[in-house]
Amino acid sequence: MSHAHADALPPPTGGARVARRPNPSLVVGGAAVACVFVMALVSFVWTPYDPTLVDASRRLLGLSARHWLGTDKFGRDVFSQILMGSRTTLFVGFVAVGVAAGIGVPLGILAAMTPRRLGELLMRGNDLLLAFPALLLAIMFSAVYGASTLTAMIAIGVATVPSFARVIRSGALQVMGTQYVLAARSAGRRPFAIGVHHVLPNVSSLITVQASVSFAIAVLAEAALSYLGLGTAPPTPSWGRMLQESQELLFITPRLAIFPGLAIAVAVLGFNLLGDGLRDRLDPRLEDHR
Amino acid sequence: MSAGTDLATRRDAGPGVLTVRGLSVAVGNIALVKDVDLTIGPGERVGLIGESGSGKSLTALAIMGLLPEDVSATGSVRLAGVDHELIGANERALSRVRGRRVAMVFQEPMTALNPTMRVGAQVAEAMLIHHTAPDHRHARAAAVALLDQVGLPDPALAARAFPHQLSGGQRQRVVVAVALANDPALLICDEPTTALDVTVQAHVLDLIVAGVTARNSAMLFITHDLAVVATVCRRVLVMYGGRVVEAGPVGDVFARPRHRYTQGLIGAADLDAVDVSGRLATIAGSVPAAGAFPAGCVFRNRCAHASWLCTTSPAWVGPDSAEGFACHHPAGVQDRGVRDV
Amino acid sequence: MFEHRAAIRVRDLTRDYRRSRTSLLHPGATVHAVRGVSFDVQAGERFGIVGESGSGKSTLLRLLAGLDRPTSGSVVIDGTDISRLPERRLRFLRERLQLVFQDPMSSLDPRMRVRDIIAEPLVAQGIGGRQGRVGELLAAVGLQPEAANRFPHQFSGGQRQRISIARALAPRPRILVADEPVSALDVSVRAQVLNLITDLVQDLSLTLVFVSHDLSVVRHVCDRVAVMHEGRIVETGPTREVYDHPQHPYTRELVSAVPSLGRALAAASAADARVTGAGTAPAGTIEGEPR
Repeated sequence: MSHAHADALPPPTGGARVARRPNPSLVVGGAAVACVFVMALVSFVWTPYDPTLVDASRRLLGLSARHWLGTDKFGRDVFSQILMGSRTTLFVGFVAVGVAAGIGVPLGILAAMTPRRLGELLMRGNDLLLAFPALLLAIMFSAVYGASTLTAMIAIGVATVPSFARVIRSGALQVMGTQYVLAARSAGRRPFAIGVHHVLPNVSSLITVQASVSFAIAVLAEAALSYLGLGTAPPTPSWGRMLQESQELLFITPRLAIFPGLAIAVAVLGFNLLGDGLRDRLDPRLEDHR
Repeated sequence: MSAGTDLATRRDAGPGVLTVRGLSVAVGNIALVKDVDLTIGPGERVGLIGESGSGKSLTALAIMGLLPEDVSATGSVRLAGVDHELIGANERALSRVRGRRVAMVFQEPMTALNPTMRVGAQVAEAMLIHHTAPDHRHARAAAVALLDQVGLPDPALAARAFPHQLSGGQRQRVVVAVALANDPALLICDEPTTALDVTVQAHVLDLIVAGVTARNSAMLFITHDLAVVATVCRRVLVMYGGRVVEAGPVGDVFARPRHRYTQGLIGAADLDAVDVSGRLATIAGSVPAAGAFPAGCVFRNRCAHASWLCTTSPAWVGPDSAEGFACHHPAGVQDRGVRDV
Repeated sequence: MFEHRAAIRVRDLTRDYRRSRTSLLHPGATVHAVRGVSFDVQAGERFGIVGESGSGKSTLLRLLAGLDRPTSGSVVIDGTDISRLPERRLRFLRERLQLVFQDPMSSLDPRMRVRDIIAEPLVAQGIGGRQGRVGELLAAVGLQPEAANRFPHQFSGGQRQRISIARALAPRPRILVADEPVSALDVSVRAQVLNLITDLVQDLSLTLVFVSHDLSVVRHVCDRVAVMHEGRIVETGPTREVYDHPQHPYTRELVSAVPSLGRALAAASAADARVTGAGTAPAGTIEGEPR
């Protein structure tokens, strides 16, 4: 059956693509995050000194060619600690966000795809969890399982689940209302398949954005927990604990607080900006240029 | 014949309400609208027909100065009563003109109205911004009068309603009231009834025509619906690929189209005209993406009558911008007071 | 003359919705989207349903396609009442009846390639030979084979509707239900897609249910038409009959409200004659336009 309908296809790039100006948030955020990653990678291969090496003879040295950022009250090189501390930061961030997304995304999608009553019930349960401060959760976990990086990660992860679930649910609801999901249903697709093949890909940009923002929160939370002594245990370097240790010398040697503080600020700002930039970039409304 | 030409020369000679010369709109170096000439006199209703990608909406936005940031316009747009050029004018100057000298009615009434503001207040706001009402009390009273004019039942009560409490047709009436509140010299409508039910459409169209007639306003009516344009307008311009390809009185253009695109469009629009196998007449191919239109005549890659001559841009054949066509191989041989090529 | 078995038989179909509560004491208002609708569609027939927004035609479509359960009444497709069947028993319906949707922008998953979109019904129903079938279907709707690897946003509205049609035809259905398939398209594209639909329906001997608010389109495509208003069918009959001699007042209102090119041009030329005065040939004289 041949019809005189043959249609020329548009060129591979499709429609008139207006060149998007580079998004400043994306660029700056991306650069800051890249810095943190680079620090972590480098720390696996080389640090100027062993950050856990205590040397009483080198306590509280200032900035010098030998110790770029000086030493702390135990004689440990600050720069090496910052380098290696980035590993903890990233580790905690990834695991926490992984836990949060791993639980929150399916929860959100499930809440959107089930009948309204059940969905609402799930969301109310979600709200209950949201009401729990992350810190309180962390303290509870630490009390039961002992303070460690792991408990910090899980606590932060669980506390971040509600924000994921909420955002993903609203995105999934939108997807469920589209005609292509209706078409999938009329094609005979099972609900689980619709969730995996249609809903998940179309909320992926939301997930990315939420993950970036949650990463920033996780970093800050880990620093707070370490500061309180509930997170990473010594001698593993951690920016938060460096802050705590610098507390008693704050007015004598402020640099001991400034450097880890700056590192935390850069990481948090970086992830936040990255999240903002990605949100603008991946907004589906901006994708259609026709 | 003589009456027709007299009208034509008068139109271009005298000061129109809207005079557009050489309007071009581009994004980057891709031309979206090229060289549009258009004149509308007081009380005239002119239609602008085209399909997606024709540039008709962009033309209207360019006239209002509402183009998006990365889209630029060149050429001249002059409005009666405004002493400066509209193209390239700054936002402050333009905001004094919009809503006062020229008003626009868009397609989607729900997004044109502020959902958190009562409709009466929105009509009153139009007058207060441009100081056409002395104070709030007068503006509110005038708003209720306008809502009555546009046919809302119980206008005093309707004025206190929010947009979501009204039906689609009623919302569009409110939009028309806001547009006509300051008696603009020019009303631009961009597919104002496309989103409405057909039974409501007829009423809203009547309303718009009554509104501009009462104010002797000029109107530029943009649509893809040929029947609507024939109902509402006396003159029409046909756009394709960012250019005006044909223009003239509605009856002439529709009954005896000259440009091959207009001919194809009218043929495709007629759902009663089927061949032996019951198929509709179509225009071969599809509209190219912006920037991918062929050089020379923009329609030549879809035209059954195209020849090597069409690789050069066809000149405008006609007495003025209001009547004529640009085609190397036009349809029909009937003389309309226009010299054949 | 023997009786053909009706492909679709709808009897006293009703669908009520409860609106969400606005007060603590009273339950939400009930919306009667479809009120006691009955009609038959014969196999191979082209049946139109005309209605404006709020008429209930979209709800009726979902009920026909088994995407929604009626409050009461029955929908019998090829001899089986689908109105009370659970989803898992509706497999047969999914291969027999397919839908083409209205909005070319949102009826295709923007994240899927065209070949996956078209093959989806085959995947869902466990039918093999997908690659070949996709190629076949693309050719049938007039798209080049390269289209299979592209994404929906790279196509125009008319082309997306073709992809939609290809998807609907993938499982070789016998009934095609089209929900405003050309309403969002330009005039010239509309003509192409309408030709495509009528050709395919003819070549594949499909039963067509065509829903639209546009009377002229339904008139062109369908043999019989039902007019819907506020959840009820107010008039049914052969299209020509219903349009030329509408019986119900709503049908009459609908038919007269449609702007007609012929009528408008006749009115315009009459006005022209008045303006230019007697004795001067008006700028455009229109020969009698049959309508």
